[in-house]
Amino acid sequence: MTLQQSRRLQSLLLGTLAWAIAILIFFPIFWMVLTSFKTEIDAFATPPQFIFTPTLENYLHINERSDYFSFAWNSVVISFSATALCLLIAVPAAYSMAFYETQRTKGTLLWMLSTKMLPPVGVLMPIYLLAKSFGLLDTRIALIVIYTLINLPIVVWMIYTYFKDIPKDILEAARLDGATLWQEMVRVLLPIAKGGLASTVLLSLILCWNEAFWSLNLTSSQAAPLTALIASYSSPEGLFWAKLSAVSTLACAPILIFGWISQKQLVRGLSFGAVK
Amino acid sequence: MNISTVKAHMDIPQPVRKSRLSNPGWFLVSPSVALLLLWMIVPLGMTVYFSLIRYNLLYPGENQFVGLENFSYFLSDSGFLPGATNTLLLVGSVLLISVVFGVLISALLEASEFLGRGIVRVMLISPFFIMPTVGALIWKNLIFHPVSGILAYIWKLFGAQPVDWLAHYPLLSIIIIVSWQWLPFAILILMTAMQSLDQEQKEAARLDGAGPVAIFWHLTLPHLARPIAVVVMIETIFLLSVFAEIFTTTNGGPGYASTNLAYLIYNQALVQFDVGMASAGGLIAVLIANVAAIVLVRMIGKNLTDKA
Repeated sequence: MTLQQSRRLQSLLLGTLAWAIAILIFFPIFWMVLTSFKTEIDAFATPPQFIFTPTLENYLHINERSDYFSFAWNSVVISFSATALCLLIAVPAAYSMAFYETQRTKGTLLWMLSTKMLPPVGVLMPIYLLAKSFGLLDTRIALIVIYTLINLPIVVWMIYTYFKDIPKDILEAARLDGATLWQEMVRVLLPIAKGGLASTVLLSLILCWNEAFWSLNLTSSQAAPLTALIASYSSPEGLFWAKLSAVSTLACAPILIFGWISQKQLVRGLSFGAVK
Repeated sequence: MNISTVKAHMDIPQPVRKSRLSNPGWFLVSPSVALLLLWMIVPLGMTVYFSLIRYNLLYPGENQFVGLENFSYFLSDSGFLPGATNTLLLVGSVLLISVVFGVLISALLEASEFLGRGIVRVMLISPFFIMPTVGALIWKNLIFHPVSGILAYIWKLFGAQPVDWLAHYPLLSIIIIVSWQWLPFAILILMTAMQSLDQEQKEAARLDGAGPVAIFWHLTLPHLARPIAVVVMIETIFLLSVFAEIFTTTNGGPGYASTNLAYLIYNQALVQFDVGMASAGGLIAVLIANVAAIVLVRMIGKNLTDKA
């Protein structure tokens, strides 16, 4: 066997191994999507059916068992509002830390990160009781405020790392041209950092969309997002796995696609700028 | 913004606008800092207060000061020891699985060119984007189910008795589910980090006669030290408070077999309505998280800001 042949064989083997691992890890998602196109009888059948007559009935009747669209709408409203609010607070902070660095900046950034170390159960009771006494239990506002706060450190950090890459000269030039602080931010900075901001928005949306501690503990019906709807399927009321799969597929698809598109940029945000 | 306009401005003596040019930073950072400070101090202060009084929502009005009674009750609760052990086991095993397999799998992807590497990459990281409640229920109903689950089918293929995973190996099952969610995160970070490894350095090592194992051990692994630290830190933050996966699959049972501290405290607070004891438990959870945090920030905090 020549060197070239053994190289080729080796890469074939490694490739096969990689595919095998990928199929193994991806299988539950594949199986969920497949099950969502089965009838309930096929979904429960043993042995598991790989070949079957696909049906759309689970998707067509998705609104029947529960008010799917109101849950989905809650998810949309909560995720987008929290993300917008978070960005509004985080951009100025990131701006000042990136361009007016003081001795305290690094400490402040680390301190912000450290607030993430506070486990939510540690403040579950007070938040629950505060929400209750303000009449905010089971409202979207409560979740929007909480999601804004829990994502703020990550969002500030992520935008900070993007701003950090922008040469200061550009801002200085704008300033000498008489741009105000506001113009400097909106006209100069934001257009340059567009890509970075877009991926920050995606990350924040993903985190809000999938959050399942506060949504399960603070909502019951009115403001409950999709995470809570799906958790309600955990108490069995007959066989409805095909429907569960359909609901799950719909709930996960947008985020999965967001994730695929933005994987490279997400790495940066999720590692707080440590991996680029 | 072009150079000539800047120059033109520079020629004219500018009125001194020191106040605008001086640091607006403090004013811009303050909303974030103030909100986070409030978010930390107010609830935490309330938790401390609640933990020192008798406070059960079922018996309103009886809120006398009881000192550290709640703490001693919580610590001697039959659920505390299993809860703490399970928390550590869960965090430890998922960290170990995601770091070890994360490194191996991303090294495998880097090592060779093969058909569909992009697709493999996407498939490998996908579980990270799946909602925790969805992930848990898919595993519970479609994979682990003792009658119609895939695993039951495979077991029967080999003539073995299907296993009721969530009933007989509850903690192991939860570890598998949570690892399935977090291994992709490690792969995502480590894969990207590996791509930034200097290829020339690797080539040089190869020409000097270093084998693939030596290259991996002496070049790749040290390069990955920082990203691994990042993975460990982020995952620890999230793994210490795993909740939805337990809530939707085992409800912490049977007994306390799959109860972690987060679930135990939830149980005390919103099922038994014992606010005082739940608060004491919450503070203990905060304490544990902070010990972990201090160690981790010491380890990698400097690294993080140095390059950022």
